[in-house]
Amino acid sequence: MPAIQFHLNGATVSVDADPDQTLLDALRGRLGITSPHFGCGAGECGACHVMVDGRAMASCDMPMWSMANKDVVTLEGLGTAEQPHPLQRAFISEQAMQCGYCVSGILISAAALLKRNLSSTEAEVRTALDRNLCRCGSHNRMVRAVLRAASEMATS
Amino acid sequence: MSAPSPAPKLPVSLAANPRLSSWVRFTGEGRVAISPGKVEIGQGIVTALAQIAADELDVGIGRIEMIRASTAASPNEGVTSGSLSIQQSGRALRHACAEVRQRFLAAASERLGVDAALLGVADGTISAPGNVRTSYWELSGDVSLDHDVTAGTIAKSAVTRSVAGHSIQRVDIPDKVFARPRFIHDCTLPGLVHGRLLRPDISGAKLIALEEAAARAVSGLIALVRDGSFAGVVADSEAAAEAALKALRKGATWSAGEPLPDESDLAGFLRSQPVETTVIDTRAAAAAKATRTLRRQYTRPYIAHASIAPSCAMAQWDGDRVHVWTHSQGVYLLRADLAIVLKLSAENIVVEHMEGAGCYGHNAADDVALDAVLLAKAASGRPVRVQWSRHDEMSHTPFGAAMAIEIEADLDVDNEIVGWRHAIWSNGHAARPGRAAQPALLAASEIANPYPRMISTNPPAANGGGGDRNSVPLYDLPAWTITSHRLLTMPVRTSALRTLGAQGNVFAIESLLDEIAALRAEDPIEFRLRYLSDERAREVIRAAARRAGWKPERRSGIGHGVGFARYKNTGAYCAAIAEVEGADDIRVRRLTLAVDVGEAINPDGVINQIEGGAIQATSWVLKERVRFDRTRITSTSWTNYPILTFSEAPMVDVEIIQRPEIEPVGAGEAAHGPVTAAIANAVHDCLGVRVRDLPITRDKIIAAMELAS
Repeated sequence: MPAIQFHLNGATVSVDADPDQTLLDALRGRLGITSPHFGCGAGECGACHVMVDGRAMASCDMPMWSMANKDVVTLEGLGTAEQPHPLQRAFISEQAMQCGYCVSGILISAAALLKRNLSSTEAEVRTALDRNLCRCGSHNRMVRAVLRAASEMATS
Repeated sequence: MSAPSPAPKLPVSLAANPRLSSWVRFTGEGRVAISPGKVEIGQGIVTALAQIAADELDVGIGRIEMIRASTAASPNEGVTSGSLSIQQSGRALRHACAEVRQRFLAAASERLGVDAALLGVADGTISAPGNVRTSYWELSGDVSLDHDVTAGTIAKSAVTRSVAGHSIQRVDIPDKVFARPRFIHDCTLPGLVHGRLLRPDISGAKLIALEEAAARAVSGLIALVRDGSFAGVVADSEAAAEAALKALRKGATWSAGEPLPDESDLAGFLRSQPVETTVIDTRAAAAAKATRTLRRQYTRPYIAHASIAPSCAMAQWDGDRVHVWTHSQGVYLLRADLAIVLKLSAENIVVEHMEGAGCYGHNAADDVALDAVLLAKAASGRPVRVQWSRHDEMSHTPFGAAMAIEIEADLDVDNEIVGWRHAIWSNGHAARPGRAAQPALLAASEIANPYPRMISTNPPAANGGGGDRNSVPLYDLPAWTITSHRLLTMPVRTSALRTLGAQGNVFAIESLLDEIAALRAEDPIEFRLRYLSDERAREVIRAAARRAGWKPERRSGIGHGVGFARYKNTGAYCAAIAEVEGADDIRVRRLTLAVDVGEAINPDGVINQIEGGAIQATSWVLKERVRFDRTRITSTSWTNYPILTFSEAPMVDVEIIQRPEIEPVGAGEAAHGPVTAAIANAVHDCLGVRVRDLPITRDKIIAAMELAS
């Protein structure tokens, strides 16, 4: 199996992977990164979203052969309890979830949006999150949290 | 001589599990272990229970460690369902903690030589005037909690509680935001291997033949398991298990299966099956003169739980003992079914809870646990993790039962209601494990010596009923007959989905009331209030109306509607007002709700549950319907089972009527019925047509318009 090298949460990693293996499988398997969640395997729910070169993408149908030299950020790379990303702080402040299974993918989609646009309107936030499904009905809390983080980032 | 006062009654969960130490333990380093039998399913219950314990013990909530339920040690509280966790576990913990505190105060009084009445507790430190002090932890060697609880202890009064009744941040959220593994899906065990199951597309098909060679050739395969129609693989990685499963699927030959009903005529199907008929309630009145009778039929489709996470479990055998990790809602109930299937004593089985994604009722959590246990038998003592596919999660889990409801309302000359007959045709709404002599788990019906598939039943009316849940009006109607027809056939597998039959029944009742109010040209809220004497009911309706500015001025293309119910007629009161817009595609713009759960332990948690319930109900009403042809479930992906998106979610505004002096009840299922009805009534307000068949889609609206013209 060929070694595929890419950047993961700021570090360079090299994995021996079947080129057709999915990024999600490599992350959750060999690399021990558990925040991207399996939801559907078809890129339809967003639970497995990771940032690839700054864009939120489904990792469940992304083959490893396409990952060479890409820059991948997962929730593990977004921030920590000691140094949280403003989105992580805002999701706690707004208590923006119920079960939370979809949250890692939603935080990644939101982080990708805020990289591009800190002055997103509520409608733009909703559109940016439309590829992520939430079954518990926490949508509005999450949107409020994203807007809160955006305004905090814009003024800091 | 006065009559003796009746013995004080223990909360039900304490009566069943009276040993104090099974609920509360003081552990080293100033910690308190609280061990409820209820489980976290995303509803925030462990936080609310921690609040209750912290309050009653007077310890900081940060000292409390909530122990996950396990059959190894936890109190047996049955199943986490029915919005009962606050009622059952909360009351039990409040009472148990009050008694624990009292026992420690007695010990402190003895050690410090101070009257117990002079002692105070602050963050676990027990002190008396004169700066003498000790603590729970210092005394824990002296005070045994291996005693059964007594009935007489009085918990704190509402006004002296400082934690319960206040919004606090949930204890599980930081892990979920900082990517710390908490879900069963993210946990690993030494030597963990992976299993996948082969299940038919054709409903009820049996595995006739299986060509195994290609699957056996897959690199990384550890075992191939076949027992009758139960077949699966175990491999050293998920990818290898998937590859082996793919090969196995190509080699499988299935029987023809069992036919499914016509999805376009659910009412015709439901009303033509053999049934068990139960009269749920009757109220007779002096015969008033009816001048007309309105007869209306309402339907609800099968609805999928559609958890975002496919169900997952882990199992590991050690000789004739097996350990199971599961996101089941009832660890003891699952254990009982596993014991039947495995022909093993329950003592040989430990079932331990780990969090999964929201389940919204009985999904495949229990099924996958048996799958893992059966596959792990072939794994030579290694732990096996099984995760279902999205396809199987959408087609092999039990669904919320389809319902046909007919109401006949007898009206007098003034269009006042003088008689009411409500009949329900539906499969049972519960086929949970652990409640019958036969197992309810999917694989049990697939193995070579199979158990029959359990036909779902309805919980008794005393527990809120099933298909009949919320079918008895809370309104003061003079006469009624409520009848439930439970199907004795079950071509589509059904079991508990959030609210059981309440969503359908409240939709039907509230729709017809709205129609009668309109006949009378009476405001629908005034009309409801005239028929309601329950003051808490009246107050939530008035509160929602005030908050929504009822009734907003009429604008073209916008409609408003109201819905109300008290969940199970014994739980939370909830009123909803919907604002919708649209012509043939309906969009719900705003939902305004008022709710009364008695004492709201964590008010923000209650609001979160009501908001979530309101948005989920909107999704059910506008979009959701399990699809099938005559041989198979066809809504097996998010593309053909769409749910509400971020852009489609309505604004939700919730008011809590806080009643600290009234025993708390759960909030998780209170909103679905009222929101469903409010949307349907708002659609009528907007478009002038009544849609009586859910979901309210463009096709249904056009059909209703054609019928009306």
